[in-house]
Amino acid sequence: MTKDWNLSAAPESTSHIQLQSEYGLFIGGKWIKPSDGSYFDTSNPATEKRIASIALAGKKDVDAAFKAADHAFDGWSSLSGAERGKYIFRIARIIQEKSREFAVIESMDGGKPIRESRDIDIPLAAAHFFYYAGWADKLDYVFPGRKMRPLGVAAQIIPWNFPLLMAAWKIAPALACGNTVVLKPAETTSLTALKLAEVIDEAGLPPGVVNIITGDGATGALMTAHPTPKKLAFTGSTEVGKQIYKAAIQGGKKVTLELGGKAANIIFDDAPIDAAVEGIINGIYFNQGHVCCAGSRLFVQETVYDEVLAKLKRRMDSLIVGDPMDKNTDIGAINSKAQLKTIERYLKLGSEEGAEIYQPACNLPEKGYWCKPTLFTNVAQSNRIAQEEIFGPVLAIQTFRTIEEVIEKANNTPYGLSAGVWTDKGSKIFQLTKELKAGVVWANTYNKFDPTSPFGGFKESGFGREGGIHGLEAYLSFD
Amino acid sequence: MPRLDIKKTYKLFIGGKFPRTESGRSYPIKDEKGGVVANLCLASRKDFRNAVVVARKAQAGWANMTAYNRGQILYRLAEMLETRRDAFTAEMQVLGLSKQQAKKEVDTSIDRLVYYAGWCDKYSALFSAVNPTATAHFNFSVHEPTGVVAAILPEESPLLGLISTLAPIIAGGNSVIVLASQMKAISAVSFGEVIQNSDVPSGVVNILTGEGQELLPHMASHLDVNALVIARSGVDLKELMVASENVKRLIHWSAISTEQDPYKILDTQEVKTTWHPVQESASSGGGY
Repeated sequence: MTKDWNLSAAPESTSHIQLQSEYGLFIGGKWIKPSDGSYFDTSNPATEKRIASIALAGKKDVDAAFKAADHAFDGWSSLSGAERGKYIFRIARIIQEKSREFAVIESMDGGKPIRESRDIDIPLAAAHFFYYAGWADKLDYVFPGRKMRPLGVAAQIIPWNFPLLMAAWKIAPALACGNTVVLKPAETTSLTALKLAEVIDEAGLPPGVVNIITGDGATGALMTAHPTPKKLAFTGSTEVGKQIYKAAIQGGKKVTLELGGKAANIIFDDAPIDAAVEGIINGIYFNQGHVCCAGSRLFVQETVYDEVLAKLKRRMDSLIVGDPMDKNTDIGAINSKAQLKTIERYLKLGSEEGAEIYQPACNLPEKGYWCKPTLFTNVAQSNRIAQEEIFGPVLAIQTFRTIEEVIEKANNTPYGLSAGVWTDKGSKIFQLTKELKAGVVWANTYNKFDPTSPFGGFKESGFGREGGIHGLEAYLSFD
Repeated sequence: MPRLDIKKTYKLFIGGKFPRTESGRSYPIKDEKGGVVANLCLASRKDFRNAVVVARKAQAGWANMTAYNRGQILYRLAEMLETRRDAFTAEMQVLGLSKQQAKKEVDTSIDRLVYYAGWCDKYSALFSAVNPTATAHFNFSVHEPTGVVAAILPEESPLLGLISTLAPIIAGGNSVIVLASQMKAISAVSFGEVIQNSDVPSGVVNILTGEGQELLPHMASHLDVNALVIARSGVDLKELMVASENVKRLIHWSAISTEQDPYKILDTQEVKTTWHPVQESASSGGGY
């Protein structure tokens, strides 16, 4: 299908956001300049324009942040659960009130379409705080027969794909359980975490309960090696996760890791095909494919392969790639130049390995970092594009004949974060959801998230759960 | 003339069989007077790897048995141990335990097996969840066995340390390779005979004897072992750092011989969450 029409531009207004040109570190309830005066720029990946200068936290700053969190711990943990909960409810409410500002900044800083930050990231972040706020005074009902205590100070490091949402996933349960935190957002997407610090300040949380420091991987390494935190929580790549795990073992710290994935999205011949095609699109092109649980390996039953592929290409042709701030945009900017290079390396590799590439004909903006939605056919199980996490809008398609075959193929990966199953037959769904080694299985849907629903992986996708009743265990110690 | 007694040869227990270590090595267990009670197998890395292969093969079948069935098999273990109370008590006395200590060790072990047998078909009902998502989805979280578990047992306890570690791991559908107490291992090896008589499928439980220092790095690094339970005190954390390279779950059970609770079962489980849309004919947005 060639597109002979275009939607008029529908850009979201940026007039009502408040951003400073320079951000310090939020430590002990105060904004502090970095001790050695280092800053780095954060820029808009859709325009390559600088947005603000961000403090680069060094050793002294990391020490100060943990000291503040440690100092705040006794007071915060001895508050009644009900009082702690009320503070967290306040955070949820203020995020809701400022949701449009958060959405705009999230899309400016990270490149994701405004429709996603507006409808998914920000509402879910607020909902996460609201959900865990309510747990703070009900923990005694969660673990029957068990006595529990908060752990102490938690060091939390989050990725750039869902910046505010990941901050909420980390901070909300930690606070509800009575811990204090030092959180570091990813280098390319610090702004909404810094805006969250303003919210936390406005909510009146005692100084030091939440400390937000910014920086790069070196700052993160200082955090994980620091003696003060009793807990390390990390979401990000499996490679970095393994280093953090090593630091946690060495330091005897409790740890949760939410790492990479290479999810199988499985389409049976009795599936509702049109809905499944939407699910494939949402599974891999949501958030430019910068999603650890992205359905990046598509398995289609042979008998419907031609139909699925034709419909999928037709749907890809209609995707709008471009300005993240435009409400019509389906696929925004790749988060950074470095990530774009990684994705392009895989595109080249896929072709070199003998797979066949398809990309719709669409115009990309001149400035900024962009990648067309891509699919590969003629993919072998051994191809690197079918084994390694690309973290971009790149789908590898394989076919299968039997249910046993697809289970074996789907599980044949070191990862185990998520999976998708499309079929009209209930017993088949339950066989698949039982036998797929993945922490989240979406049946006849994909990429759905909710604060009440635990998220996390099997195998090298990490351990521990975030969300739901099962997310509380990660922030408690038991007698 | 007094009858010359027959001494038992204590070997490894792998895949439902009693092989000698492939390494051909042994180490002596002595009684209080310094007499050799037995020459135990000094298991090698290769023995451990062989055990992982059979444990992996056995795991899915064990996990797919009904919880009721697993409960009955754990109960059967208790029955079999009950009938051998005297033999186990006598064997432990050779290791230097008083008769009273030995009896307590055996009796508590039997009761602990019964305790976990009962949990097999209950823990998932207690700790699973139906999650009230804000969208039209049916969403539930259940526990599933993590897979193949390796465990290093307490040094001080001949039998109870084994049972207390083993029972929660297999109650949850995992298969396991245990490294027994080094100097009190004969009870563990004899327990292999109980397992063999109890309808536990071959390969679900595998028992090795040997040196922790030698085998622990291999237990931590093996790519097809999902979790490592450390139930022995004094284990050097540095030995375990290699576990980070395959994101192996490390579980520390510090007082396993004195504790029993369902949370031990959950320690070697993964939480799996399933979503499915709910059709709502009265409004849009439901269905697929």
